[in-house]
Amino acid sequence: MRQRDNILQKIDWLTVGLYLGLVVFGWFTIFAASYDFDNTQLFDFSMNHGKQLIWMACALVVAVVVMLVDSKFYNNIAYVFYTLMILLLILTIFIAPDIKGSHSWLRFGSFQIQPAEFAKYATLLCLAKFMSSYQFTLANSRNMMIALGIIFLPSVIIIAQSETGSALVFVSLLLVLFREGMNGIVLVLGALAILFFILVLRYNNLPDMVGVSSELPGFIITFSIALVVATVFVHLYTRDKFYVRLMLGVNLGLWVVGVVLHLFYPFILYTWVSYVCMAVTIVMLIARTYVVRRKAYLVVAFFLMGTVGLALTADYAFNKVLAPHQQIRIKIVLGLEDDPQGAGYNVRQSQIAIGSGGVLGKGYLNGTQTKLSYVPEQDTDFIFCTIGEEHGFLGSVLFIGLYAFFMVRLIYLAERQRSAFSRIYGYGLVSIFLFHFFINLGMVTGMTPVIGIPLPFISYGGSSLWGFTIMLFTFIRLDANRMEVLQHA
Amino acid sequence: MQYKRKHQDSRSRQIVMVILVLVVAVLFVVRLFALQVLDDTYKGSADSNAFLRKTVYPSRGLIYDRHGKLMVSNQPVYDVMLVVREMVDFDTLSFCEVMNITRVDFEQRMEDIKNRRKNPGYSRYTPQVFAPQISYEDYGQLQEKLFRFPGVFVQQRVAREYTLPCAALQIGSLGEVSQKQLDADAYYKRGDHMGQSGIEKQYENELRGTKGVEVLLRDAHGRIKGKYNDGANDIAPIAGKNLTLGLDMELQAYGEKLMQGKMGSIVAIEPKTGEILAMVSAPSFNPELLVGRERSKNYAKLANDKKKPLFNRPVMAQYPPGSTFKLVQALIMQQEGIFTRNTLLPCKQGYYYTKTRKVGCHHHKSPIDLPTSIETSCNAYYCYGLHYMFDERLEKYGSIQGAYNVWRDYVFGMGFGDELGIDYPGEKGGVVYRSKTYDKIYGKRGWKSATIISIAIGQGEILATPLQIANLAAFIANRGYFYTPHLVKSIEGDSIQSAYRTMNKLDIKDKYFDVVIEGMHRAVLKGTARYGQIPGVEFCGKTGTAQNPHGDDHSIFMAFAPKDDPQIAISVYVENSGFGATWAVPIASLMIEKYLHRSIDPSRLEIEKRMIEKSFY
Repeated sequence: MRQRDNILQKIDWLTVGLYLGLVVFGWFTIFAASYDFDNTQLFDFSMNHGKQLIWMACALVVAVVVMLVDSKFYNNIAYVFYTLMILLLILTIFIAPDIKGSHSWLRFGSFQIQPAEFAKYATLLCLAKFMSSYQFTLANSRNMMIALGIIFLPSVIIIAQSETGSALVFVSLLLVLFREGMNGIVLVLGALAILFFILVLRYNNLPDMVGVSSELPGFIITFSIALVVATVFVHLYTRDKFYVRLMLGVNLGLWVVGVVLHLFYPFILYTWVSYVCMAVTIVMLIARTYVVRRKAYLVVAFFLMGTVGLALTADYAFNKVLAPHQQIRIKIVLGLEDDPQGAGYNVRQSQIAIGSGGVLGKGYLNGTQTKLSYVPEQDTDFIFCTIGEEHGFLGSVLFIGLYAFFMVRLIYLAERQRSAFSRIYGYGLVSIFLFHFFINLGMVTGMTPVIGIPLPFISYGGSSLWGFTIMLFTFIRLDANRMEVLQHA
Repeated sequence: MQYKRKHQDSRSRQIVMVILVLVVAVLFVVRLFALQVLDDTYKGSADSNAFLRKTVYPSRGLIYDRHGKLMVSNQPVYDVMLVVREMVDFDTLSFCEVMNITRVDFEQRMEDIKNRRKNPGYSRYTPQVFAPQISYEDYGQLQEKLFRFPGVFVQQRVAREYTLPCAALQIGSLGEVSQKQLDADAYYKRGDHMGQSGIEKQYENELRGTKGVEVLLRDAHGRIKGKYNDGANDIAPIAGKNLTLGLDMELQAYGEKLMQGKMGSIVAIEPKTGEILAMVSAPSFNPELLVGRERSKNYAKLANDKKKPLFNRPVMAQYPPGSTFKLVQALIMQQEGIFTRNTLLPCKQGYYYTKTRKVGCHHHKSPIDLPTSIETSCNAYYCYGLHYMFDERLEKYGSIQGAYNVWRDYVFGMGFGDELGIDYPGEKGGVVYRSKTYDKIYGKRGWKSATIISIAIGQGEILATPLQIANLAAFIANRGYFYTPHLVKSIEGDSIQSAYRTMNKLDIKDKYFDVVIEGMHRAVLKGTARYGQIPGVEFCGKTGTAQNPHGDDHSIFMAFAPKDDPQIAISVYVENSGFGATWAVPIASLMIEKYLHRSIDPSRLEIEKRMIEKSFY
């Protein structure tokens, strides 16, 4: 019983305070977003801000319950919970009604819940338990595969529910693997792959070049960056100064020849020059592998070959794999398409709302764009518009600062855990928050495609609030207990 | 060792995570800085999203006559406007029903609205005129059901209303602004109306007032959600200034009545002020024709009328002044010492400037003195005058050019030649050649008085508007000065241009006017204008005939009355009516009587009836 009394002292009240601050701020923002000039009642339970009050009250109860449960419980139920969750997700596909093409909401009377929000929690627990188990090491490829399986299994099922946004969140858990020792190069390569994909799409389809020139600037840019990165890799891994100079020299030489040829024979395209550069460099690297008997050159050659493969298939993948509405969202972000009345409407209107806030904002409840419902989904996914419009740049920066501080605080907490389970769980939590934060703000400010995921604690919605509350308080519970139990070694 | 390395590795990975969070945060701060601080276009977009700036039209300045009687006022009209973007789920069928049009009409109109060639200002986002100036009844019906038609609203505007159907050309009309006018003045928005002619155009800036704005909140579906900021940002319209004209509305209407069935003009001026009492251009038309939806149709009809009702004859028509010009000569010749009152000159039914060629004259006694020459309108008398001045005073003037220039300066001083500068757009001046022009035509030594002898009697290379002749009457009535004739007597809270308050004086001795006025008086008593006598009024006048190469001559009469305290100076032109006395004299005398007595003596009602009933077409 002494332990019970102590728990109040061991709770990290700063984090709890940040949580409460965000949730209360979120409520006021929802009130502002759903505010109607004709109906200014604070506690109207037919309105979203009224309902959110109920969700918040429930969330507090849930938080207390989570705190009361013994911390070992979370470790113990992890696998069972995960298994049940997978089954529930599969079940949902079949029994959920069709809401705007997605089968992700379970309905109980007037009350509906989205299991995907809770799947993140189950996955977090399961991943933490598996990775903290005895003799787990990422060096073991079997372990690695299982870890990836735990992460992507629910993701795949959720894609089947047509909730691509929620499914993408699971990608963020790769950051946990990184923290636990996965080679950082994987993340770098992943980032490069996304960058190349975007560059090829963006610059091979420039609207004012179509039909004018056969050049493919996307390839030229992508290949040039890839060659620079390859040279850096060669330098980092082999310190082979001679070869680095040789690579640079050959490529520059090829470009000089290319430019001169182009001047005399305009039909010779720069695109061809960049193809030749890639081919020559790949051959050089493979040759070097045999000459000096070092695998590193071959790895870099593979990187370049992968780049060529990605570049050549990017357009195809974009057009065949993605659904049309996803394609258009990406095209809008890349500036390839402008459709302010159609698919671009949300993004355009949300930027107008935020941009019109100016430095100081229009003042609380004085935002015109959100009040007059110019921004769709303004109390859920596009909630940040209200903040941007009413509180301006200064308010937005404060908010971003607060959120960043909250996430850094979680990293600090995760790092101070003694048990691997708690630490991995904590990092998973941070990764999920960071992903939501990045994608949500990115889409409302027009930097990332529209992916419908909420801003945790701020967006309207019971499922998301409860899901994040449970996840966060589980971690606070684990943290409160960090001195007592060494949860597995 | 192993542990430490591992620990260091975790440490750096932790830092990578923290950096990742911070990079994301900084990324958004930069992005928001660009959106919210650097780029200020969003503010405008947001405002045009949310605020419907509804124009509130001010009431246009009213126009009163010289006695404070209301001539022109405003009536509300209603334009049906629509914003195409907001017409979602539009119930076309019931809209057509309410508007009382067919579906085909509707579609045709929508096509016209969207056609950028017909409607260059088209935008899906801004209000477009669907049906201009619907009636009050139609407006009432529409207003009730307006909520059912998203994107449709009614814009109230003012149109003109006239107390009497007179002075259409002088007052002018309002019309939609043209592209040129839009470019010239940012005050106007497409679809606005402004004065396009007459006083409405001349005094547009005074009359129009200042438009107000009502800022309404509009949601994403185009629904109006009330006033923004409780109306604190609204700008109230400022009503236009009222104008008081010099016109006597009753006299104007009377003049138009007398002139019906005729072509020509009447200009009446108050000599002491230069205020125009009446300005009739015949044929005239009802000003209501140029108000409302039928405006363009009626306008086209008027514009194509062969009798040119849109041509404001008093200020635009140039006629030879004919015999009225002899008064000018009489004054100049006396001032220059060529004639005295008693200079006796012969008239052999004309003036022979060579052995065989003469300027003809009608039969009257001979020789005659100056007043008699005016009374009988002798041609020869003035030909002698011109001859003496131009050919026989070389010691004084040096050359014929010198003499002509002196003569021309007098003529200009009495308001001939250039435009007088009345406050009416499109005024024409007259024609009085420069001596250099004659030099060019005949050579420097190639001309003498005989060459240009017709100008002695107001024919030939000399043209004047009816306004200039009326002004001459005022000049003589005033004995040597005139105020530039003007239509507007006063502007509410403002003063009229200083040009209209400045006396134009010409140095001619008073006694010379006595002689001319004596002649004019005798003309009315027993001379050419004797048909115009008014019981109880002594007045002075001079007939004239403007030669018309295209048909019958135009009859001219100019007069002022009463003789000793002139209240009204007048010129009357009746086109194609032949000799001046028959039509122009009675009409002028009726006008004078009407103005001075406010009624016509019963003995003259017969004449009045004859004048009104006479038609020349």
